[in-house]
Amino acid sequence: MYKNILLATDGSEHSKRALENAINIAKCTEGSKVDVVYVIDASKAKSDVLNNWNSVDVNDSRMKQLKNAEKLAKESGVSYEIKILHGEPGPTIVDYADKSGSDIVIIGSRGLNGLQEFMLGSVSHKVAKRANCPVLIVK
Amino acid sequence: MTKITYAHTWLGNMKGDILSGLVVALALIPEAIAFSIIAGVDPMVGLYATFTICIVIAFVGGRPGMISGATGAMALLFIDLVAGHGLQYLLAATILTGIIQILFGIFKLARYMKFIPRSVMVGFVNALAIMIFMPQLQHFVGESWVMYVLAAVTLLIIYLFPYISKTIPSTLVALVVVTSIAIFMNVNVRSVGDIGSISQTLPIFLIPQIPINLETLSIIFPYALALAIVGLLESLLTASIVDDSTGTESDKNVESRGQGIANIITGFFGGMAGCAMIGQSVINIKSGGRGRTSSLLAGIFLMLLIVILGDIVVQIPMAALAGIMIMVAISTFDWNSIRTIHLVPRSDAAVMIVTVLTVVLTHNLAIGVFTGIILSSIFFVSKISRVHVESALEGNKRIYSIRGELFFASVTELLPKFNYEEASITEVEINLSRSHIWDDSAVVAIEKIAARFRENGKNVEVTGMNEASTELVGRLHNKLGSH
Repeated sequence: MYKNILLATDGSEHSKRALENAINIAKCTEGSKVDVVYVIDASKAKSDVLNNWNSVDVNDSRMKQLKNAEKLAKESGVSYEIKILHGEPGPTIVDYADKSGSDIVIIGSRGLNGLQEFMLGSVSHKVAKRANCPVLIVK
Repeated sequence: MTKITYAHTWLGNMKGDILSGLVVALALIPEAIAFSIIAGVDPMVGLYATFTICIVIAFVGGRPGMISGATGAMALLFIDLVAGHGLQYLLAATILTGIIQILFGIFKLARYMKFIPRSVMVGFVNALAIMIFMPQLQHFVGESWVMYVLAAVTLLIIYLFPYISKTIPSTLVALVVVTSIAIFMNVNVRSVGDIGSISQTLPIFLIPQIPINLETLSIIFPYALALAIVGLLESLLTASIVDDSTGTESDKNVESRGQGIANIITGFFGGMAGCAMIGQSVINIKSGGRGRTSSLLAGIFLMLLIVILGDIVVQIPMAALAGIMIMVAISTFDWNSIRTIHLVPRSDAAVMIVTVLTVVLTHNLAIGVFTGIILSSIFFVSKISRVHVESALEGNKRIYSIRGELFFASVTELLPKFNYEEASITEVEINLSRSHIWDDSAVVAIEKIAARFRENGKNVEVTGMNEASTELVGRLHNKLGSH
């Protein structure tokens, strides 16, 4: 039923559980595919660059976060693709979902940073409000 | 990460660049004025600097989409120069800063920035945040409650307006609202006009009026060197942030050279030394700016706004400016470093804190960075100089296995780890297979250890030296003679 599944991840516990759900849904339909989407936010880039100043590439630590997701996806045997996007997480995810024709967006209920969420509102809320397809928010 | 043509960096993102250029120009005005006030110069010096730097960097910078201008990091460095020698010396120092930065670019020194430890970089931005915050407090001294209320209103609008709309920058809304309150309600608070004047004219080319001799050079050189280093540090950090948030790469050596050219031209047009701005660049990226056009237009719009709205700009109350700068300080600070301070190695935390404290005490980011680098080198040496010696007995032979790096800092601790007078043995083996000999001190130390065993009548054998160590020992053996 859901063939193009978009999973938004930020490497948090919640998004790991979201991925488990994405895999289960993907298994229900033959030939379905999971897009694992990770968004790099300009306002987060400062602390990411600072914290990885001496590593060869900032993306190393992100890749490490995505590695776990990738491992999970690989073991489950569903077909998946990892996408790294740039921009403000909420609108970027919605935009990608519209353009790639996703049938469902799956996202964790809370991200990594409680304070930022308090200030800016949660990404999952924004996605649920604006996406044109069903959105599954995983607690 | 594909290679993009120069023309594309101008024309590739016109719509986004025009819009973001305007947003950034508006955001630049209060900062350029506030940093001029911190430096003790007329607001026009900072505004001219931001204007010329934005335009020049658009053409010669290495990181499209990055915004440069008059910054707090630079302003802090020349407070003393301005106070002691005046504006003309600052302009001369700005030109010299540019020359040094061009040399940095030519000699491709940008890659060494990666050698600066992470904890020093974190200390740098945290210190910068504190140093932007502190001068704002003096604006409140001797002011009435109105000042506090206006500053609080500014901050409330900045942080709460995004809930209503995100298309209009909340800083701009705060600036307009609080300035209107001050003008229309006729409240008696100090404004930008009380501190300096705004001239609604374009900058003109001027050669700094200073005696050109060695004495002048000795005055401005230390400032120029510190400015060049701090400017490049912040610029290359900002460039990395822009690289990361746009998923593109940039040439850091071209950027170093570009910053230099921009500072030279700025110095001749009456502007103070500047560099890339982290906050403004992030605003630019978030507003959709990606290309060189965004920086060019930010500069042009800035000057247009000053020429058209100069009369209103002087009426911006200091309370609004202080509020905006407090926000800038809060967003500059790396709060993540406080959250994780108990998780990072204690030596890293110490380096970060010492870097911050040094800057707060000396008001000089360059000294802070150097102190941080020296301290972390000391920590590194002490960490790496730990040497372990394990010993085992095989009949009448004692085998010592040395584990660790052998060099000048680690050998002093090595000598007492052996029992030279052990009676029951006749043979000693020193196994170096898990160690590396780095310098002559290490060679001398091993020879000294062997000699002391021989003095006590033991046969000594050194085994397991790796190839590089053997080569070094062989080379030094002839030079150093018998020890």
